[in-house]
Amino acid sequence: MTTTDSPPAPVAPVRRRRSSGDTERGFSRTFRWITTGAGALILATLAAVALFLIMRAWPAMTASEAELAAAVPRYPDDTSFIAYVGPLVFGTLLAAVLALLLATPVAMGIALFISHYAPRRLAQILGYLVDLLAAIPSVVYGLWGVAVLAPMLSPVWLWLNEWFGWFPLFAGDVSPTARTLATVAVVLAVMILPIITAVSREVFLQTPKLHEEAALALGATRWEMVRTAVLPFGRSGVISAAMLGLGRALGETMAVLMILSPGFLYSFKILQAAQQQTIAAYIALDFPEASGLAVNALIATGLALFVITLAVNMAARAIVARRKEFSGAN
Amino acid sequence: MVGALALSLAACGSDPGAAEPAGEGSESAVDLSGELNGGGSSAQESAMEAWRAGFQSQYPDVTVNYDPVGSGGGRESFISGAFPFAGSDAALDDEELAAAEAQCGEGGVIEYPAYISPVAVAFNLEGVDTLNMTPETIAGIFAGEITAWDDEAIAADNPDAELPSTDITVVHRSDDSGTTENFQEYLYTVVPDVWTWEPEGIWPVEGQESAQGTSGVVSAAQAGEGTITYADASQIGELGTVAVGVGDEFVPYSPEAAAAVVEGSPRVEGTSDHVFVYDLKRDIAGTYPVVLVSYQLACATYEDAAIADLVKGFYSYILSDEGQAAAADSAGSAPLSADLRDQFLPSVEAITAG
Repeated sequence: MTTTDSPPAPVAPVRRRRSSGDTERGFSRTFRWITTGAGALILATLAAVALFLIMRAWPAMTASEAELAAAVPRYPDDTSFIAYVGPLVFGTLLAAVLALLLATPVAMGIALFISHYAPRRLAQILGYLVDLLAAIPSVVYGLWGVAVLAPMLSPVWLWLNEWFGWFPLFAGDVSPTARTLATVAVVLAVMILPIITAVSREVFLQTPKLHEEAALALGATRWEMVRTAVLPFGRSGVISAAMLGLGRALGETMAVLMILSPGFLYSFKILQAAQQQTIAAYIALDFPEASGLAVNALIATGLALFVITLAVNMAARAIVARRKEFSGAN
Repeated sequence: MVGALALSLAACGSDPGAAEPAGEGSESAVDLSGELNGGGSSAQESAMEAWRAGFQSQYPDVTVNYDPVGSGGGRESFISGAFPFAGSDAALDDEELAAAEAQCGEGGVIEYPAYISPVAVAFNLEGVDTLNMTPETIAGIFAGEITAWDDEAIAADNPDAELPSTDITVVHRSDDSGTTENFQEYLYTVVPDVWTWEPEGIWPVEGQESAQGTSGVVSAAQAGEGTITYADASQIGELGTVAVGVGDEFVPYSPEAAAAVVEGSPRVEGTSDHVFVYDLKRDIAGTYPVVLVSYQLACATYEDAAIADLVKGFYSYILSDEGQAAAADSAGSAPLSADLRDQFLPSVEAITAG
């Protein structure tokens, strides 16, 4: 082996000397271009989507209220375009935030169990199972929500309404079919659970062993170690995981479409039917029969969703960037 | 391999209008081939499936595509000429008819109802399978004025039923739907003083439960106690149904009773010979008045001879015994009477190229 390898050896230093100062050569240079291209493609796609949305939404945003009311089936009379999109934006945010509130604590629990409590074999199996949840198509979640979850949750919602009806979220008349935003939020929470869990788990696993052992050496219990070493280290990671989940919850269409009994109000009553609607489900519901200006109006609501999602992600980035300095990761 | 060759040879030989050697194993006189693309009413979708399958098995070289874009989209694409044929849950209005006549050219438009289906008023109430309701009661319930199952209005017509005091939960279609429009049209025509909304594809009453599609409203109704909805009668499953008041009697739904409504109704006058639109009469004794009537649209002349032959062949098949039976089997629609079909057929057979 060494004998066959030695003859070309003198050649190599010559080449290396010739391109000194430049480590990019051969495939490395090509690869650089490939990755740059991939990076540019993402930007181009995003720009193309934004451009499409703006161009197609423009006629609706510049049309008069009367024109819109005549062309768009669910457009209320005498309202501005903002007032028409408003309840949809509200419904979208409410559903996504509720789902996030339900999912994040559970996901953190699962992630901590996998990373710090479960025996190695069990942790692996659990990890696979959680990832499997992410592979289920949303239409299946929708069917499950309508056929199984809604009837099961119905008595729970009744109970909540009976005892906690004074709380705005649980007020109103409980829907007997449970096809409400509360059920939607539970399904969305299950749907975003895998992504939050997976990212949090990776972050928790990266906690420096020395930090953990130092905490334990100071006499901390397992919980105190998690609280003092793991959680502060993983905070920014958990936040970005939650934001990824929020992004998915904001755009989820099929499950919401199948479960929710929609309404167009600024209403916090998540147990009552016909109160809220999300943008994605609204577009999917009305697009099949829409034509002309109605299509533009639907795309304009899509633009609103695009802006919200962008804002959420940028906010998440900002939080993560600010937290990074205090996280102990450096 | 040999089979494929024979097939492609047959396809080559089936030039429309060309004289052909008889006895290729095909039973039909004219061999059709090619692709026909249309679309429209989603209510017709399952019937269309049956028609397409039946027609394509008769003519293996033909492909018919039906895009259930909705009635409005179907009418629009038909008027623009994008669809050579279309299905619509509402007849063309005067303006649309004029535009369609202009696009079709000389022969004008052919329009006839080929899909008639009873719309059931269905409810989920433990231990109650059927209830009698007058149109006023039905409209009152769906408008949200009658709110409990033991309301006097319901009890008066059902002396033998044990009605609980459960709240009535109305479930309507959340999407834009021909079923909604036809159901509202019934209410609006029969009891305009209770149902004051102009019929359209979107449900006008706010704050009620809703679900997407026929299967959606049916499953929603099944999920809750005391729910009531309206849906294509063939799809309602286990739900109880309402016998609707017509005059002094109460008629339960049946395809025959639904078809009888169209048969007994006068044709709208002042249109061309090929336009069969009906002004539905909702008070003929013994008929079930809550019906979805969906129309077929075509031109009497097409520029393309192949398209003309295909539309003619397909629409003749829809009106044949076989086609009507296929739709009745798969979609639960009401077969058209021989009498009506004899009226429509000459128009379909008059389709020509030119």
